[in-house]
Amino acid sequence: MGFAYFPHTGEDIRAMLERIGLGSMDGLYADVPADMLFNGEFEIPDAMSEMEVRRRFKELSSMNTQLVVFCGSGAYDHYSPSVIKSVISRSEFLTSYTPYQAEVSQGTLRYIFEFQTMMAGLTGMDCSNASMYDGPTSAAEAVMMAVNCTKKKRRILLSGTLLPQVLKVVATYCHYHGITLTEIPPKDGVSDMETMEKELSSGDVAGVLLPGINRFGIIEDMTGLADAVHASKALLAVYSDPSSLAVIRTPGEWGADIVCGDAQTLGIPLNFGGPYLGFLCCRQDYVRRMPGRIVGETSDADGRRCHVLTLQAREQHIRREKATSNICSNQSLMALYATVYLSLMGPQGLKRVNDLCYGGAHYLHSGLLGTGLFTEAFDKPFLKEFVLKSKIPVEQLQKTLLDAGIFGALSCGGDLVSFCVTENRTKEEIDRLVSAVSCRHGDCRRGIDGN
Amino acid sequence: MKYYDKLIFELSEEGRIGFSLPDNPWADSSDRIPAGLRRSVPPELPQVSEPDVVRHYVNLSAMNFGVDTGFYPLGSCTMKYNPKIDEEMSEYPGFSGIHPLQPAETVQGTLRIYHELAGWLSSLTGMSAFTLNPFAGAHGELTGLMIMRAFHISRGDLKRTKVIVPDSAHGTNPASAAVCGLEVVQVRSTAEGLVDTDDLKSKLDDTVAGIMMTNPNTLGLFEKEIRQICDAVHEAGGLLYYDGANMNALLGKVRPGDMGFDIMHLNLHKTFSTPHGGGGPGSGPVGVTQRLKHLLPSPSVVKSPETGRFAIADNPEAAGRISGFMGNFGVLMKAYAYILMLGKQNVRKVGPYSVLAANYIKESLKDKYRLPIPSLCKHEFVFDGLIEANAGDPAREVTTLDVAKRLLDYGFHAPTIYFPLLFHQSIMIEPTETESKETLDAFIQAMRTIASEAVTEPDLLKNAPRNTPVRRPDETGAATRPKLVYRQDKP
Repeated sequence: MGFAYFPHTGEDIRAMLERIGLGSMDGLYADVPADMLFNGEFEIPDAMSEMEVRRRFKELSSMNTQLVVFCGSGAYDHYSPSVIKSVISRSEFLTSYTPYQAEVSQGTLRYIFEFQTMMAGLTGMDCSNASMYDGPTSAAEAVMMAVNCTKKKRRILLSGTLLPQVLKVVATYCHYHGITLTEIPPKDGVSDMETMEKELSSGDVAGVLLPGINRFGIIEDMTGLADAVHASKALLAVYSDPSSLAVIRTPGEWGADIVCGDAQTLGIPLNFGGPYLGFLCCRQDYVRRMPGRIVGETSDADGRRCHVLTLQAREQHIRREKATSNICSNQSLMALYATVYLSLMGPQGLKRVNDLCYGGAHYLHSGLLGTGLFTEAFDKPFLKEFVLKSKIPVEQLQKTLLDAGIFGALSCGGDLVSFCVTENRTKEEIDRLVSAVSCRHGDCRRGIDGN
Repeated sequence: MKYYDKLIFELSEEGRIGFSLPDNPWADSSDRIPAGLRRSVPPELPQVSEPDVVRHYVNLSAMNFGVDTGFYPLGSCTMKYNPKIDEEMSEYPGFSGIHPLQPAETVQGTLRIYHELAGWLSSLTGMSAFTLNPFAGAHGELTGLMIMRAFHISRGDLKRTKVIVPDSAHGTNPASAAVCGLEVVQVRSTAEGLVDTDDLKSKLDDTVAGIMMTNPNTLGLFEKEIRQICDAVHEAGGLLYYDGANMNALLGKVRPGDMGFDIMHLNLHKTFSTPHGGGGPGSGPVGVTQRLKHLLPSPSVVKSPETGRFAIADNPEAAGRISGFMGNFGVLMKAYAYILMLGKQNVRKVGPYSVLAANYIKESLKDKYRLPIPSLCKHEFVFDGLIEANAGDPAREVTTLDVAKRLLDYGFHAPTIYFPLLFHQSIMIEPTETESKETLDAFIQAMRTIASEAVTEPDLLKNAPRNTPVRRPDETGAATRPKLVYRQDKP
């Protein structure tokens, strides 16, 4: 039997073997010691037809429960416009590789150039690379870059308000890379600036990494931080949600030198955590120490504007062990998601998205407080994510929500639970959440409409 | 392919919108955020209508070459056909709408895919267990090296801080080693293009953590002495890492675990047919032998032997955590679908057909292109430029770059060029098993025509390409005066 992805006929194989001077297919592995050839049976299924594969996936997807998502913590249920799917499914984008041959890769190179421009604009930085893997790995790269930029210093201050997975991934990279980390515990739900400044004064710090919006959803106030960081000849790196940067003060405005984070919030589906879109932006001074691909503008032999991979002397295929990073494949197609998303949204659309998130999140916030079953954890400004103290045992609360088809109240340690509201959530869904909690654990009449 | 000159910013007009969002029904808006925490001026994003966005990106796509456009013999990249069923499956809302922190009970279908795929990859490679968390090949290398270091550290063997890398290795190998805090020791290749076993043995001591190898290597040659190499490295207390970038040659035929490797990665975007997406997202699962299993990064999927249910576990002994969640799940699904389509019957043919195609091209062109190592190759091979390149005549001399650019005129993507670094004019060709004999013949014919043109009309090569949207960009200018973002010219 033939197979749809193999074009070989018996005659083709015979003619090809003849050109090579072999009598049989076995001869193609004559250079492999005979006892290394695998003659057993692979433990994989029998070949399936496309119809059977569809059935298998349908079956598997029915084993998942789609929940109404009121949870963030690094993965956000934002709306993804139809145009994105249509554009990213273009074979010419999807089935190409890293744009080494600029003449036949202007499509990829141009959207990456647009992506770099948009990300630099959102973060308030001068430049951006072509993408990283995900937020946490981009944070690890940012930390290594800060060490690389400041030469002899190998200590990094990390705010304990970063997402737990960011802290863990950064710690793993630093453990092996030989960077000392000092994690500074949160104070009242935000980064402890006082302790940070104290640590900075020792003079051995290469960089500081903290979130723009932290794991409790609170917008961090970084007043004065950049000056303190720069006074001790360190770099300031900020972990950002680029969607929020349409409305909140940018890392650039705070005086940051490097911005990293996850751009999954720009039109990329939840996908159980991947593929997402790590990004890295920086000030002009540090661009030659940046990891990853970078696209630049130039002109061709006929004087036409065109785009190429540039500053490649930083990269592994040229510099090998002296490269700024080992990254090769990145998340290019996901950068196309974000670029198309931002093109559609524009400044007004992205502002509207944030307004819808803000309004919905604050409506849920007051609705939950209105049930009397929660109290304020930190009275600080938030955008779409917030934390409350739950009077209901956290596991019971989560079970109540699950029974109502809702995923929320993620545990933030102790009696703290977090909620997130994106523009995808309706008033009906928010009311359903509040009444599910109040009917199970309190007074059914309280909590509706936030009263 | 035509030349389309616009950038999205140049289609922008104040007041135009491309979004369709509800009006804000809420009492509050983000204007309530305290002024000191708010952005002072709106971001400079384009203001474009939806039809203009669509047309812009479709026009851009028309300036791109993909596997679906034509033959893409890019060496070491395994540009095989990307099945369309894979795309369809990964867009099922029952998968794409799932939050990564949802309770395991609500994601049993997703976790089953992880568990089964990891098992299948183990069987196909002869490893004991896989993590699917690494996002790409280089990320897999780094993860594997972390496991290697964690192994030695866990035994109190702290002086093993060197890793041996052959001079023919992919650039990611030494770069990953450096990120992992390891010192790179290079080992020579022999005249036959294989690892110099004597040179290797002279470098083995109790400071060596292990060796990274690609087999077949980047010259497309099978390292015949692999067993002796494994024995020597193990005897010296080191571990062997298998760079799976070239696994397509062996799929269905030879397993890295059977060769004696301890740790390996696979590039699902190479061997397992997931699309390269213009440079990602990929996926670089890492497999290990039984004695290293406990060091695989967290989190992982475990199956309860009693209930058959799946759970997500954090392993306290793990070498660490290398991803926010559990890898590029959307990519994993595509590899899962591919293996289902192949099945145990067809998987045995992947490696052999890819090797058949490579040797066929090599034998059909070796009278025109210099073949430095004339032995049987695996899935790819390397020419060292044209045999007749008019060397010594600066006005007529043609290089590998010229050959590559001329191929674009004939409608083929160029091979990988100037890699491996062992030769000055490397042309690395990898055809894969999904190309028909007719396609290979057309490519061979184009390469032969180019070889003739090089002698009779070298300017055709030196001025190539002619038929592409742009021609020979000024790369030096791009690097010396970097322009990395679009800036609107102020009136």
